[in-house]
Amino acid sequence: MNYYESEDLKKFGQIGEHAKPLADDFFKYYGNATGTDGALTKREKALIALAVSHALKCPYCIDAYTTQCLETGANPEQMMEAVHVAAAMQAGITLVHSVQMQNHLKKLVL
Amino acid sequence: MSGAAPVRVVRRRSKHDFEDELRRRGIVLPPLAVETLQVNITKMCNQVCRHCHVDASPARTEAMSPAVLERCLEILAANPRIAKLDITGGAPELHPGFDALVERARALGKHVIARHNLTVQLDGHPVTRESKEYLPAFFAQHRVEVISSLPYYQAFFTDAQRGAGVFGKSIEAMRRLNAVGYGRDESGLVLNLVYNPVGPYLPAPQASLEADYKKSLKENFGLVFNSLYTITNMPINRFKLHLEKSGQYEAYMDKLLAAFNPVAAAGVMCRSLVSVGHDGRIHDCDFNQMLAMDALDRRGRPLTIFDFDLERALGRDIRFDSHCLGCTAGAGSSCGGTTA
Repeated sequence: MNYYESEDLKKFGQIGEHAKPLADDFFKYYGNATGTDGALTKREKALIALAVSHALKCPYCIDAYTTQCLETGANPEQMMEAVHVAAAMQAGITLVHSVQMQNHLKKLVL
Repeated sequence: MSGAAPVRVVRRRSKHDFEDELRRRGIVLPPLAVETLQVNITKMCNQVCRHCHVDASPARTEAMSPAVLERCLEILAANPRIAKLDITGGAPELHPGFDALVERARALGKHVIARHNLTVQLDGHPVTRESKEYLPAFFAQHRVEVISSLPYYQAFFTDAQRGAGVFGKSIEAMRRLNAVGYGRDESGLVLNLVYNPVGPYLPAPQASLEADYKKSLKENFGLVFNSLYTITNMPINRFKLHLEKSGQYEAYMDKLLAAFNPVAAAGVMCRSLVSVGHDGRIHDCDFNQMLAMDALDRRGRPLTIFDFDLERALGRDIRFDSHCLGCTAGAGSSCGGTTA
């Protein structure tokens, strides 16, 4: 047995075992948030989800939202740019913490 | 072998059984009309697309005989209710009788559609090297509706599916069609494009994709067209083989079944056309034709153009199989795009 088997994505619904009402609430919310056109189109939501999938390093989500991006009409350039947004955000988040480092550095240095 | 018990073929049950799905939902799909005679006149093509349900290529030699072509024209002449002739292949322009078929069907007052792959204009005949650069002017002269596959508005997906360099040639061919008036509202010359996914996934919504195509092709190449049809890849022949080899067949069929849409089912094209093979046999659609599934009348006899009768054709039971899930998934799929 390995971690992150792609076949396991089909078992997402099994999170309802032992806690069905909560899973039902989640799936309803999940479907409404990601699977419908709203103020954002389904395509825009798919691109956001693809970026989040990479930032949080979820292989299930990367597979699912690569397909979802294509099925909502996103093109490979848009998909790759979305991943770059995630990467840039992560780099920025890392770098902005250097302000904390510098603040503390100043406090320590005579 | 008189007196021998007939061999009874027992079909293996599949979880992707289209007719089971219809029964479960209480859906019946009888023929509604024969508005279109779709004729597949050659399996020869200048391209070898990875998803092609015809398995077309330059090496294919099957072609409609003059006698079968003649009979198709007789049927068109005798049946005013069949208003459209939809000519497909392969690349139908590679058939030596293509031009005459178009001219004579137009003379009968029929609306003629050519499934034109664009690149044949530049490639010409793969065997005889005959030039096909006259096609835009020929199409315009006879006011043929041109329907052309362009799987994407960018080279990456298009070339992946249809071969290296196809996108560039398709753009040049579209430019030549535009030059004679195709795709321009004021001309009345209709150029429709066809999108289909480059893998085992469903098409994006037709309207939004059409807007993307129009914007990109106009901005990047100055090209125009009328409508975009989105078509789902059918899990048969070359595409099925790819799915099986890559271990994706089951997942694709699961996806099609999960996306079954009753509204799309009601609009399936087999309810309003018949498909004629190069040998004169009649099928419920071009996909059934490629699977050698003859259309059968109520008594189980194969329909052919040699004894064609419209009422007999309308009385048939359409034959379905698992590939039909491709036509009923999501927004539906037909030779004219979505059906829901």
